[in-house]
Amino acid sequence: MSDKSIMELSNIHKSFGNVDALKGVSISIKKGECHCLLGDNGAGKSTLIKIMSGVHRPTSGEIKIEGRPIEISGPRDAINSGIATVYQDLALIPLMSVARNFWLGRELTKKIGPITVMDFEKCNSILMSEMDKIGIKLRDPSQSIGTLSGGERQTVAISRAVYFGAEILILDEPTSALGVYQTSNVLKTIERVREKGVAVVFISHNVSHALAVGDKFTVLSRGETLGTAKAGEINYEELQFMMSGNKELSELKDR
Amino acid sequence: MSDDVKNNSNLKTNFRSVMLRPDLGAIVGVVLVFLFFFLVARDTGMFSLEGSMNWGIVSSQFIIIAVGACLLMIAGEFDLSVGSMIGFAGIVIAVTSVVWGWPVWLSIITAFVVSMAIGALIGYITVKTNLPSFIVSLAFLYILRGMTIFIAIISTKKTIIGGVTEAAENDWLAPIFGGEIFTGVFDWLGEQGMIQTFVAGTKAGQPVVSGIPMMMVWAIGLVVFAHFLLTKTRFGNWIYASGGDAQAARHIGVPVNRVKILMFVFTAFCATVFATTQVIEFGSASADRGILKEFEAIISVVIGGALLTGGYGSVIGAALGAVIFGVVQQGLFFIGVESSLFRVFLGVLLLLAVILNTHVRKLITGAK
Repeated sequence: MSDKSIMELSNIHKSFGNVDALKGVSISIKKGECHCLLGDNGAGKSTLIKIMSGVHRPTSGEIKIEGRPIEISGPRDAINSGIATVYQDLALIPLMSVARNFWLGRELTKKIGPITVMDFEKCNSILMSEMDKIGIKLRDPSQSIGTLSGGERQTVAISRAVYFGAEILILDEPTSALGVYQTSNVLKTIERVREKGVAVVFISHNVSHALAVGDKFTVLSRGETLGTAKAGEINYEELQFMMSGNKELSELKDR
Repeated sequence: MSDDVKNNSNLKTNFRSVMLRPDLGAIVGVVLVFLFFFLVARDTGMFSLEGSMNWGIVSSQFIIIAVGACLLMIAGEFDLSVGSMIGFAGIVIAVTSVVWGWPVWLSIITAFVVSMAIGALIGYITVKTNLPSFIVSLAFLYILRGMTIFIAIISTKKTIIGGVTEAAENDWLAPIFGGEIFTGVFDWLGEQGMIQTFVAGTKAGQPVVSGIPMMMVWAIGLVVFAHFLLTKTRFGNWIYASGGDAQAARHIGVPVNRVKILMFVFTAFCATVFATTQVIEFGSASADRGILKEFEAIISVVIGGALLTGGYGSVIGAALGAVIFGVVQQGLFFIGVESSLFRVFLGVLLLLAVILNTHVRKLITGAK
């Protein structure tokens, strides 16, 4: 793990009209590190990832990638800068085949005479080997995404982002809608991706999922960062306590 | 896994993938419809060369507009202005060529340019306002129909403008819409006695079917083009994605708005092809032509297995849906059934198709 930050956000403010969604958020993400972003609903998590993925622009503040200040002008621009975002339920299109989804927007083509067509043979064979690597058994590349489980869909979306060269992978609540078994598969995938040197930003409000894979934990509350801790420096109760806005919600958990 | 189990699961997979073909319902429907009329109407001449040409042409008309509606519906939008666009394009051709004296080729090209520009406008308004295309194109259903009648009335004081046949004589572009191909082949077949010839009248000795009308050629050409575009090209992948989940497609960098607008333009193109073939064939344009065509196109597409919600469907299915239309409409005529029953049949068929499609959708998306 290197010490250099691959992405650094400092003092990010974002207001929508007279609502301040982010009030000076700073976060630094390193290569090969899984940085968990924790916070309750409305803490500003989604605003922050939308700024990182180019959907919103910050009102003020600075974004640096590999030390250079940049402006992310849109989702496409973010992707070109190596920032890929996997949204909870917007990752893939259920009616389309796994192959069509995987290559969407970056279709491999070949020429038949003057006509450019999709190179399905090549698309399918690369897809099958990529799916094999992440442990998804496909019957055939043309089966629809809808036939996969929620966990498998997240895994496909993550491996697609990594295959296309993402260096910073933002995962928006990847486990929140999943069962226990599927969650553990997705967490394993995150582990594998991190070992490749990809920086993972893992957004969650589930502390135990975060603790299972996280190297660092930043807690957001009401548009501000409450601080960043390394793995081992903080435990479940402390994180839960910070997230719940210093209310003893953790006590209610076992009800 | 033992071989037996493997074979069994392969069989299941194959069965499943056949069941999930979007056009399965339409294929079954075509077979049933042909079987029915073959049993009932065999003696009426429906399946003679002349009779086949009859329902073949009607089917081709439905196919031309269904192809446009199909790609647009897969891209997640509707165009209810198709029927009005047909009337509008026809009047543009007739007014510019007959009243203003333009050469017919220029009139035809003008009609295409104007219609496709209006198609682009409908698409632009739809994607910019984020309104349902159902409403936006409904507005254009009225706007275009009204404009069409207005233009016809102020320029000729009539709603039917004739004289296009005379204007189109020796025109180079008109035969591409109104002519026939393979006429030599049919003449030869007639001479050889392999197809029937007229026995009396001015056409005595000529074959009863003189060639393949260009309308059929356009229908086949459009089906091949659209099917290829949808299933084989990168743009086709974007069409599916734009209708399947526009937001997800945008996040991955698909130019969803451009795809949708282009599909509106293509629908307008198909409507103008329909209008032009009709104007050249009849030699006249009528301001009320094309009424209800938008719904017939949509029904063909739905019978063809496309989902009303977009993202899923088949051009071949839509074409087969159009053939079911053409065969039943003309078949009822051949067997002498009151033609109003055709609409009853359509309504029932539409309902069955939508129920089947909804079920298939659940199977694909795994929704309970």
